[in-house]
Amino acid sequence: MLVAAAKSGDGTAFEELVNRYERKIFRLTMNITGNREDAEDAMQDAFLKSYAHLQSFQGESRFYTWLVRIAANEALMRLRKRRPNQFSLDEPVEGEDDLMPREFEAWGPSPEQRYAQTEMQEILNDVIEKLETDFRTVFVLRDVEELSTEETAQALGISVPAVKSRLLRARLKLRQKLNQYFRKGESN
Amino acid sequence: MNCKGVVRELSNYIDGDLDLAMKQELERHLGHCEDCTIIVDQTKKTVEFFCDSEPVALPSDVRARLHEALHRKMQEKLG
Repeated sequence: MLVAAAKSGDGTAFEELVNRYERKIFRLTMNITGNREDAEDAMQDAFLKSYAHLQSFQGESRFYTWLVRIAANEALMRLRKRRPNQFSLDEPVEGEDDLMPREFEAWGPSPEQRYAQTEMQEILNDVIEKLETDFRTVFVLRDVEELSTEETAQALGISVPAVKSRLLRARLKLRQKLNQYFRKGESN
Repeated sequence: MNCKGVVRELSNYIDGDLDLAMKQELERHLGHCEDCTIIVDQTKKTVEFFCDSEPVALPSDVRARLHEALHRKMQEKLG
């Protein structure tokens, strides 16, 4: 097993783990920071720190989850420096009043068929970048990196109800933002 | 269940975390509420789009810097 080999000092095994996860970790740090330079630094430091602290990985979680937690923290640290006023992951959860969606238009023919893959990716990047940091971070960990609610809460140091609340808001807001691209009659 | 209730339970419904009674109640509402059906379907789709998105290609210069830094770290550890 690669992780066990890496823990016992096999550098090649660790490099194999890096090769396996580097694209996903870069996607994560890009999604959180929205800045290429910060994303690169966060990714690099995440791998270097995970290498340095490999002995502390106990194997209770998946290696990837452990790595995601380190990378998310590195990305969030850079984001706090760059946009200190937009950051409020530990603030209380908002009320329910603003939750109700206001637009109920059907989407046109299957968006996947309507847009080429690269165009679709640009749309997704655009809408996620515009999402508020708190919501974006939770959404990225839960729905893009597919961590569980508990793992996400642990990674971000917030409660499970806070993760659930922010995830719901993130999903609703992203739907709303995608609506402007996908609604019936909208030309591409 | 009313529209507010559907929105409140939307994530749990999409993630399959609702108990059977609640799920059936929500689906009964969807049976006669077109607006909520649109919201549920589109939110589900939204999650799927992001879930299926490909990791970005790692630019070759970024990758080269990462591996150089890693090799330096490994040398330090050995040395």
